[in-house]
Amino acid sequence: MENIEQRVKKIVAEQLGVNEAEIKNESSFVDDLGADSLDTVELVMALEEEFECEIPDEEAEKITSVQQAIDYVTAHLKK
Amino acid sequence: MSQVLQGQVALVTGASRGIGRAIALELGRLGATVVGTATSEGGAADIQAGLEAAGIAGRGLALDVTNAVACEAALCDIEKSLGVVTILVNNAGITRDNLAMRMKDAEWDAVLDTNLKSVFRMSKLVMRGMMKARTGRIINITSVVGSSGNPGQANYAAAKAGVAGMSRALAQELGSRNITVNCVAPGFIDTDMTKELPDAQREALQGKIALGRLGKPEEIAAVVGFLATPAAAYVTGATLHVNGGMYMA
Repeated sequence: MENIEQRVKKIVAEQLGVNEAEIKNESSFVDDLGADSLDTVELVMALEEEFECEIPDEEAEKITSVQQAIDYVTAHLKK
Repeated sequence: MSQVLQGQVALVTGASRGIGRAIALELGRLGATVVGTATSEGGAADIQAGLEAAGIAGRGLALDVTNAVACEAALCDIEKSLGVVTILVNNAGITRDNLAMRMKDAEWDAVLDTNLKSVFRMSKLVMRGMMKARTGRIINITSVVGSSGNPGQANYAAAKAGVAGMSRALAQELGSRNITVNCVAPGFIDTDMTKELPDAQREALQGKIALGRLGKPEEIAAVVGFLATPAAAYVTGATLHVNGGMYMA
């Protein structure tokens, strides 16, 4: 089983159409990976599906980088 | 036209009578699986019977579009049982006509809630599935009154003009995901809603129609059907006026 970091990066790569190698933990979706605001909404939707969780809108708005996504999922993943 | 909408699920609100009923049947004729909503169980049963009689897959559903919880549950249920809704027709609407001087807050609020807020609510609920599917058609039934105005209908005109503005905003937000958002603005159509008008007002209105007659629900449904088909792929953010020349934009 891949770890959370790898799974998050894989989803980011798929959703934003970027090469996984280019994705660093500190990468910002908008500033570094070229996402627009709708892309970030879709990214959160994809994370919700992958990790079978529901991310409330007010939390979703705070997830703007790869590390923040990893942190959120790590903290909220169903054990 | 052949069954170009085969495999798609269409949701039509307010489908038990008039324009909504004609739209449900037209989308079904074009091959879509159709879910039609009505506020009452009886209305839902009528829709179901109408679909069955026409050999259309789908069902009638009792749903109050102003009830957010019920709407969410209904969408969830439809997606589980039939699949992702890729065609939404927001048709459900009410009137509470009154001169502005006499219009109660409750009359204003009821019309804005059903005719404007619910359109946003339903649209928002189908967006997720449409975005993932990378295709979608949101078609909002507005009214000539939203453009021309009409005495006694400040609430209705405001709601319909509001839907048109909202549609243009959504068309811009969702365009990159191949989702189109358009309005069809009927003029004076022969339905229960217009039968409630006093005779004098009906005659006065009819005199303003270039084609000299009321429209039929099927004549609105045909335009909605067009917007749902691949032929209309490049039409978005538009309002198509279907009013017999009663108002020319």
